Amino acid sequence: MAKGVWIVAEQRDGALRKVSFELASTARKLADALGEEVAAVLCGAGVEAMAAELGKYGVDKVYVADNPALEPYTTDAHAAAIAKVVKENDPAILLLAASAQGKDLSPALVGKLATGMATDCTDVKIDGGKLVAVRPMYAGKCFGEVVIDTFPQMASLRPNVFTIVECAKAGEVVKFDPGLDAAALKTKVAEIQKEASGKIDVSEANIIVSGGRGMKGPEGYGILEELAALLGAAVGASRAAVDAGWRPQSDQVGQTGKVVSPNLYIACGISGAIQHLAGMSSSKYIAAINKDPEAPIFARADYGVVDDLFKVVPALTQEVKKLLA
Amino acid sequence: MNIVACVKQVPDTEAQIKVKGDGSGIEEGGIKWVMNPYDEFGVEEALKLKEKLGGEVTIVSVGPARAMETVRTALAMGAEKGILIDDPALYNADAYATAEALAAAIKGIPYDIIFCGQRAIDDDSAQVGAILAELLGIPQVTFVTKLEINGTAVKATRPIEGASVVIETSLPCVITATKGLNEPRYASLPGIMKAKKKPVDIKKAADLGISGAAKAKVVKFAPPPARPPGKIICADDTPEGKAAELAKLLREEAKVI
Repeated sequence: MAKGVWIVAEQRDGALRKVSFELASTARKLADALGEEVAAVLCGAGVEAMAAELGKYGVDKVYVADNPALEPYTTDAHAAAIAKVVKENDPAILLLAASAQGKDLSPALVGKLATGMATDCTDVKIDGGKLVAVRPMYAGKCFGEVVIDTFPQMASLRPNVFTIVECAKAGEVVKFDPGLDAAALKTKVAEIQKEASGKIDVSEANIIVSGGRGMKGPEGYGILEELAALLGAAVGASRAAVDAGWRPQSDQVGQTGKVVSPNLYIACGISGAIQHLAGMSSSKYIAAINKDPEAPIFARADYGVVDDLFKVVPALTQEVKKLLA
Repeated sequence: MNIVACVKQVPDTEAQIKVKGDGSGIEEGGIKWVMNPYDEFGVEEALKLKEKLGGEVTIVSVGPARAMETVRTALAMGAEKGILIDDPALYNADAYATAEALAAAIKGIPYDIIFCGQRAIDDDSAQVGAILAELLGIPQVTFVTKLEINGTAVKATRPIEGASVVIETSLPCVITATKGLNEPRYASLPGIMKAKKKPVDIKKAADLGISGAAKAKVVKFAPPPARPPGKIICADDTPEGKAAELAKLLREEAKVI
């Protein structure tokens, strides 16, 4: 009988990523509802020392595979190692991050484990002993409740949505042999090209300052960059701005870009096409600055400013400076 | 080269999605159906590769009868032939069942490289390409923005948070395409005329030896939670006054800055 709530902890550059603690805290909640234990799988090279930190967030046991073939991350090495330890231990639930790495790894595991998964969930709970996962579909135009008939019941969780709760548990390290066959590994990382340091990805930002067609050109984004830097925010863009070549594709928010749920989304010069609204409507607070009072974005905004953004945004930056001083 | 591109028919991005009264699904009336935008990148890359290296592009899709239009669109763009897997047993397929159907159909034809979109914009599952690769036992690179093929050597670039990773692997493999990979072409009028005569094989679940049963089931659909009505900030009607009021509300009421 499948038992236990497992997570796949995500680490990069020698540290656990924040989403790993979100996973651990959420797994703890589910495990308490079931009266079961939480275990984490941690793969990489030189990662054993990170295991203890997972204990702080409710993890009872950490299965660690420390192997040079697991660093840097590749889909086939990590999926093979994790599938092996999962099959040996038969957990009831397996949670991953819906991060860039998790979105790559999780469906490969679905294939290896022949099970079902709910992707990019915004809520998970236990009902009648089973996992019920709530997830946006159609980029958030509707929500679906998913149940999975096979084990492990898998779900990937949207970063930044689940609360981190400290809850000290043993975090006992159990080493396992990933059983990797070098000849069977068919992918390798040739190069990692880092973007400008300190850039926050829109999918992981607490605050997003986003600009659309109303920015009039790439140079218009300077005022958004300034406000974003002050707030520790990411700069996002609408499809119109990305298609015009003003901003990189990685910044696009919407149905054909990234679907985001920050605490605060500041939409500047964005009219609110339905495909953009779908991608950001689950933000906790939305502020919109647009000179067109009829812009659909105002119907979703908690706070709306009808005015010229090229005057309002610099003034807002000054006000925020005063507040943060 | 034998190239396969998988496509899905989905509601247009501008479509309003209405949930049925009983929460069992979405209302399909009035929806304009299009090729999944991420699959368009896959089809375009498949065609570019064929134009460079020679060979054939086969389009494979799982969907009801209306999905034939999307298969024909890909043929009009320049693909040679199609397979449409249309069976009521697959109408509620999850990612695994869909990938199983695709894998069964693709196993029956020669393939060197398979393209999928990184996700379909209807169920947003982002799983099918990767499961397909697992079921075929071949490597995968997902969310690809740049692709180079040299003989059987594959070099693919994928963005992660704050970086791009260049992955090396070899054919045969599955590539899932994302925006940035290319600019998909439009079907030309002669292309549309020619597409009508190109062969499309219609397969049933039984032909492929699959059940179509889903492991993950959406038991209830619901509209997104309603947002409380917002306020329009008037203040003293100057941009500075409005900005000051907005900053104050974000700080004191919303407590988000």
